[in-house]
Amino acid sequence: MPNLLAKGRLARWSVVAGATLATMTAAAGSVLAAAAEHGGEHASGGLPQLNPVTFPTQIFWLALSFAALYYLLSKKALPRVAEVLEERQDRISRDLSKAASLKEEAEATLATVEKALAEARGEAQSVIAQTVAEIDAANQARQAALAADIAERLSKAEARIQAAKDEAISNVRSAAADIARDVAVKLGATDVDAAAADAAVGAVIEERRS
Amino acid sequence: MDPLHQFQINPILQIIIGGFDVSFSNSALFMVIAVGLIYALLVYGMKGRALVPGRLQSLAEMFYEFVANMVRENAGHDARPYFPFVFSIFMFVLFGNMIGMIPYTFTFTSHIIVTFTLAATVFVFVTILALVKHGLHFFTFFMPHGAPIALAPILIPIEVISYLMRPVSLSIRLFANMMAGHTMLKVFAGFTVLMISGLGAVGFLAGLVPIAINIALTGFEFLVAFLQAYVFTILTCLYIRDALELH
Repeated sequence: MPNLLAKGRLARWSVVAGATLATMTAAAGSVLAAAAEHGGEHASGGLPQLNPVTFPTQIFWLALSFAALYYLLSKKALPRVAEVLEERQDRISRDLSKAASLKEEAEATLATVEKALAEARGEAQSVIAQTVAEIDAANQARQAALAADIAERLSKAEARIQAAKDEAISNVRSAAADIARDVAVKLGATDVDAAAADAAVGAVIEERRS
Repeated sequence: MDPLHQFQINPILQIIIGGFDVSFSNSALFMVIAVGLIYALLVYGMKGRALVPGRLQSLAEMFYEFVANMVRENAGHDARPYFPFVFSIFMFVLFGNMIGMIPYTFTFTSHIIVTFTLAATVFVFVTILALVKHGLHFFTFFMPHGAPIALAPILIPIEVISYLMRPVSLSIRLFANMMAGHTMLKVFAGFTVLMISGLGAVGFLAGLVPIAINIALTGFEFLVAFLQAYVFTILTCLYIRDALELH
């Protein structure tokens, strides 16, 4: 098909054709109107829609106003509306894609934060474990030192006690030997040898101990 | 009192061109008003070009998307270049019908010659569109696919007549609906006047009945005003689809 009837022009051509047809109808209407006028002016009694006298003016103004409307809308008004709607659509899809990329970014950030958090948590855990181990070791060392100290003191004390005990026992033994000699003298016996008394007391002590 | 008086064409300014009386009448006045209002709504409404539309812009965009959807769904994607034409038809008929709902206005869509001229424009447009798109192949449109050849002598005349009747049915549907509705409103309103003048005090009470009916009818008429514009437009879309696809 020649370019004369390309898509965009087609609508205009068809409107022109429609208008032509309308004009032809108008002409026919006028002829009818003339005939009606000839027949007498009794159209006022009938349906005003069927009075052909009024056809040309209606067709003329319809063609004029509709052509004007079509021109104004297709050239001025509709492209503007389309532009605004398109702009909004663009803006919406742009915002949506922006929102999607922002969301992705936020998710990545969240992942790094979580990773850092996990690392920090692990680090903290190891620090805590290390500290606990150190504290434990220190405690153990102190406990061991304390125990050694206590044991030493204990043994010293025991030695002291033993010495005191030995001394006490020896004191008691000599005192007992003296008392035994005194008792023997008082009982009238001859003076008892100190060594014999001591031996006798020692024998008794040994006897009691066993 | 004549319920048909409202359809009278009254010349405002006498104009005669080439022997034709093309006076600027009340009908022409409201055509011009409709064109002005449509253009004003679209241009003034879209003036803000707001991302979040206001009331007027919403209305303008609503009309645009309503017709755009209608064209897309009923005429197909190939019909995109004819959207301005369909939109003009819809707005012109809708505003013609709606302006007519205001008392003391003139409903230019209640005149058969107006609706017929519109329908004829659609018819010629669609036929030329089909001829340009498909050439002589267009005439296969009158022989339905799959029908036996023997039926052709019956089918083809039927199809041709039904095709030629399109502008007639399209125009009469709109004209008859608008005229009948407006006449009915006027008739019921006239009843009230008759009752009051005829029955006096009782008439005032009885006259309320036609008024109540008229209120309901007015609501109904608004529906019809929109519906007929919608029907006219959707049929235009379907005719465009037929012309584009020749199913």
